[in-house]
Amino acid sequence: MGEMQELSTFWFVTFGAVKVVAVFTVVMAVVAYMTLAERRVSAFIQDRLGPNRVGPFGLLQPIADGIKNIIKEETMPGTAAKFYFVLGPALAIMPAVVTFAVIPFAAPLPTPVGTVDMIVADVPIGILYILALSSLAVYGIVLSGWASNNKYAFLGGLRASAQMISYEVALGLSVIAVLLLAGNVTLTEMVWKQQQLGLWFVFPLSLAFIFFLISALAETNRLPFDMPEAESELITGYHTEYSAMKFSMFFIAEYAHVVTASALMATLFFGGWDIPFWPGDDMFRHEGAWIRGFDESGAPIPTSPSVLITLLTLAAFSAKTGFFLLLYIWIRWTLPRFRYDQVMHLGWKVLLPAALAYIMLIAGTMLVLDQLGVAYGMLYGLVLTAVSGVTTLAFLFFVDRDRVISGAHRKRTTRASAARPAAGPAGRTTSS
Amino acid sequence: MAISVKVMRRPEAGRTSYMRATLKGMSLTFRHMIRPTKVTLEYPEEQPELSPRWRGTHRMEVHADGRPKCVACGLCPTVCPANCIRLVGGEDDQGNRYPIVYEIDEFRCIFCGMCQEVCPVEAIHVGQHFENAEYGRERFVYDLDRLMEQDHPVTLLWDPSDPRSE
Repeated sequence: MGEMQELSTFWFVTFGAVKVVAVFTVVMAVVAYMTLAERRVSAFIQDRLGPNRVGPFGLLQPIADGIKNIIKEETMPGTAAKFYFVLGPALAIMPAVVTFAVIPFAAPLPTPVGTVDMIVADVPIGILYILALSSLAVYGIVLSGWASNNKYAFLGGLRASAQMISYEVALGLSVIAVLLLAGNVTLTEMVWKQQQLGLWFVFPLSLAFIFFLISALAETNRLPFDMPEAESELITGYHTEYSAMKFSMFFIAEYAHVVTASALMATLFFGGWDIPFWPGDDMFRHEGAWIRGFDESGAPIPTSPSVLITLLTLAAFSAKTGFFLLLYIWIRWTLPRFRYDQVMHLGWKVLLPAALAYIMLIAGTMLVLDQLGVAYGMLYGLVLTAVSGVTTLAFLFFVDRDRVISGAHRKRTTRASAARPAAGPAGRTTSS
Repeated sequence: MAISVKVMRRPEAGRTSYMRATLKGMSLTFRHMIRPTKVTLEYPEEQPELSPRWRGTHRMEVHADGRPKCVACGLCPTVCPANCIRLVGGEDDQGNRYPIVYEIDEFRCIFCGMCQEVCPVEAIHVGQHFENAEYGRERFVYDLDRLMEQDHPVTLLWDPSDPRSE
């Protein structure tokens, strides 16, 4: 049973095409319903009802929005650089959609003609592909901001480039901790390594997860890091001049980014399609056969893919991704926005050095564990969990209480006590 | 209801725990997310409860034989502060006065209810009604026939449970 039947080229191409279409369709559908979920959830958080007129519970609202956006008039600013103005939304949407290709979304599916990997493209470079392509998203935003010939759009584009480049660093460094522990860059193998460790990477790499979460929020330009849009300062930033479907494409791009980032967090830190506390779904391609793990003597334990496991793992992956999608919305409607200088401060002066130090710590701990001959398994993970837990608490304690990002009141206190000991007519100096 | 001002105590610098504040905020929004405090009235399905003093669009009371109760005394156009009532009175063979033209421009009306207060025969009333959408401006000048057709409840101009409006 453990023997593996390879797909012939014909079936490989056929299933590949089917997977491309299916994944693209599902991602687009999730994106459409994210817009509805965002509006409904935000409404519930604010004790409103949200759109509930179109269809039952407003479920047809995304379709109505789509029709509306397609039949609306396209406006083109007279002074815009027309070619780049049109190119911008296309460049923004492309990287957001293609990054999902390397994320495994279920255990392999057995078919009569062979086993099909539930991943669009299991490329060997895995996470590097994601990092490379998600960085390209900034081009669409900068280009559209610049081509609009509008100072607000331009400022939005500039901020987007600064912010995305800054947080790309922290994002990459937090992923490096995962790479150290997984020992590989393909996402299928990362899932397998988490199954082998018996612990999801969120526990042994808790601080890396926090860094990744913060950076992913910044990378997707979501609140509290929505500097490129900044409705209160820049109208809507880079897409101020866009209308109709071009405007809609920026939103599709943003939500597709959110979906990809959520799926990535689920894969890197929450075991991907792994079902917790059940080794029966563990599955990996090892020397031409499907194995579930290794027994005491190191001999592989064979397993065989089944349709049921594929469906269950797909459900597990969807649940994890769905949780992060909800978390994105939840954070957006809870936290206030950062100021621009606070965003830069957090990115360069806190996350970058902290992530570097954390990598050193994790690498050192792993070196010690390897030297001591601790096998890659539960004990290995627990030691790392303890080290990471202490570091995480220390980091959170360090960041907390005005030490890194202070509110406006501290600035007022220092300025008032230094420059104006006697308060002016406002008389609002803090007495402390 | 008296207006209350909630004074926010600003924490001293260095005393705020941002982590705790963030977690508190997240739990607050989560509680609202799973159990929203419902304050929205789902209007087209649920109708709002109007006050007995609510003054809406007008209605002309009619006699049992279908004639308007109005005697064309001319008090309501005189008292109307917005000058929105146009009345042309006439007299029949028995010497009874009746309105030949009675029009109210609902756009000019300020819904003060003085026409109802001043009417000696309780003919013109302001009503408990607010759904007045039309497709054209000209439809907002209500003539006598239209005023007589209205069948919504009329206003009391005072609250029975609070007659002195205290």
